[in-house]
Amino acid sequence: MVWLWQNLELVLGLALDHARLSVAPVLVSFIASIPLGWLANQSRVLRTILLTLGGVLFTIPSIALFVTLPVILGTRILDEINVVVALSIYAVAVMVRGSADAFASVSKDVIGSSTAVGYSRWGRFWGVELPLAGPVLLASLRVVSVTTVSLLSVGSLIGVTTLGYLFLDGYQRSFPTEVVIGIAFTVIIALIFDAVLVTIGRILMPYTRALPTSSRASVTRVAAEVTS
Amino acid sequence: MSIEFRSVTKRFADETVAVDDFSLLIPSRKTTVLVGSSGCGKTTLLRMINRMVDPSSGVITIDDEDIATVEPVALRRRIGYVMQNSGLLPHRKVVDNVATVPLLNGVPKAEARERALELLDTVGLDRALADRYPSQLSGGQQQRVGVARGLAADPNILLMDEPFGAVDPIVRSELQHELIRLQRELGKTVVFVTHDIDEAFLLGDQVVILEKGAKIAQQGHPREILANPATEFVASFIGADRGKRRLAPVAAAATGDDVLLVDGTGYAAGVISAPGGKLAYSISDKTDQAGDA
Ligand SMILES: Nc1ncnc2c1ncn2[C@@H]1O[C@H](COP(=O)(O)OP(=O)(O)OP(=O)(O)O)[C@@H](O)[C@H]1O
Ligand SMILES: [Mg+2]
Repeated sequence: MVWLWQNLELVLGLALDHARLSVAPVLVSFIASIPLGWLANQSRVLRTILLTLGGVLFTIPSIALFVTLPVILGTRILDEINVVVALSIYAVAVMVRGSADAFASVSKDVIGSSTAVGYSRWGRFWGVELPLAGPVLLASLRVVSVTTVSLLSVGSLIGVTTLGYLFLDGYQRSFPTEVVIGIAFTVIIALIFDAVLVTIGRILMPYTRALPTSSRASVTRVAAEVTS
Repeated sequence: MSIEFRSVTKRFADETVAVDDFSLLIPSRKTTVLVGSSGCGKTTLLRMINRMVDPSSGVITIDDEDIATVEPVALRRRIGYVMQNSGLLPHRKVVDNVATVPLLNGVPKAEARERALELLDTVGLDRALADRYPSQLSGGQQQRVGVARGLAADPNILLMDEPFGAVDPIVRSELQHELIRLQRELGKTVVFVTHDIDEAFLLGDQVVILEKGAKIAQQGHPREILANPATEFVASFIGADRGKRRLAPVAAAATGDDVLLVDGTGYAAGVISAPGGKLAYSISDKTDQAGDA
């Protein structure tokens, strides 16, 4: 605790950087996954391709990504962009699956009846499919947000300032307090992100509790799937 | 707003011929009921009217306009559609569900809401239900909301696909009589699909009995069909549920072939031909049932 007070400025600075760098991958994955997840439900072939691609991307070792991205992106090896892009790739890989499941959870009857009363394809997507896929999308996004916040620590290995610095430094100096504080702040950031997502979900989707149980059940199922 | 099918055939991608050379005139401002057993093509016929399904061949017209030339989304917005299990949007409150089509048509929100509340009155729903979600209503209430939504854009045509199929018999009978009352007030061109012959005779000004492939076994006013079933198939179809109707043959004509039927209260229910003394029971049409009640 004494150490924390003495180094509060350093820790808070790292925490802010950590939080700042986590936002982009979560946002990017959310936005990218919506068209991809919708596409995955348009044909079986597309679904297989997209989900396989997601699976493959997720298995690329992070260090390999960190080294190759500068070459591909033309960035400096220590640029924080590399970490953000790498984590965005993982986040998208996970979200594609979640989003495909989210759109699959929308009842075909409801889609059919909304078409029958005169929704255009575009109007139906925004007015029916997206709002109904929303709760399952949110469940996946919460998993992705926690994962991103915790994975970001790895960035310290290539010199990007994140809370991971506290793990490395504490480890090198055999100073467990620093490691524990690093972990604690990572968890706090993850919890704050989660709370923000849940709150946004409540505001945008007040109907969640009124949805049929089947789609609520798939929320828990998806959460279990993407984490396993 | 009369609807006409001219030699319409629908062959699905898997070669199933759901509708085979079907022709029918559906008169304006009357209720036409398509009735037949499961898989005979009723839903396919209905969905061809609002272009959810397009015919493989043949022409469908509404007031002599070929609907193949009408943009489907625009067409659907001027045709009411009510289906089994209501088909309501689970994430929209009751009032917003009812207002769906007017909102799609660009009616201002406040106006659409006000009209939706009036429609709740029309279909006999308490306005207090307006802010509930569909899952918070009973099946019967959901169907009423479905009907209100179907009426919201004040369409001339109302398509109903087994709208009362999933509710219990008492609520079903309530909804049926509500529809008869509504239809008396509104005079829409209603096309109603059911596999329940009682429902067909109760609601229909014109009843069309279908066999597989949407082949018309017989069409006409319930009284004509009751008095004169065209085929064995029709006779057995309209006589399928004899117990419930408590009908009894009371008199045989001189030829021994015609039998007069009365229902439990003594009203004449219909006349059937029963060659060789083989009886197929018939049922009362709506006037008789009204007398029954
Ligand atoms: N999209 C489709 N693709 C292939 N076959 C179809 C399709 N829709 C319906 N059919 C077939 O067409 C036939 C008629 O179906 P339809 O849904 O019109 O019957 P229905 O009279 O409404 O039956 P039910 O009373 O069970 O609702 C059935 O054999 C059905 O399997
Ligand atoms: Mg059907």
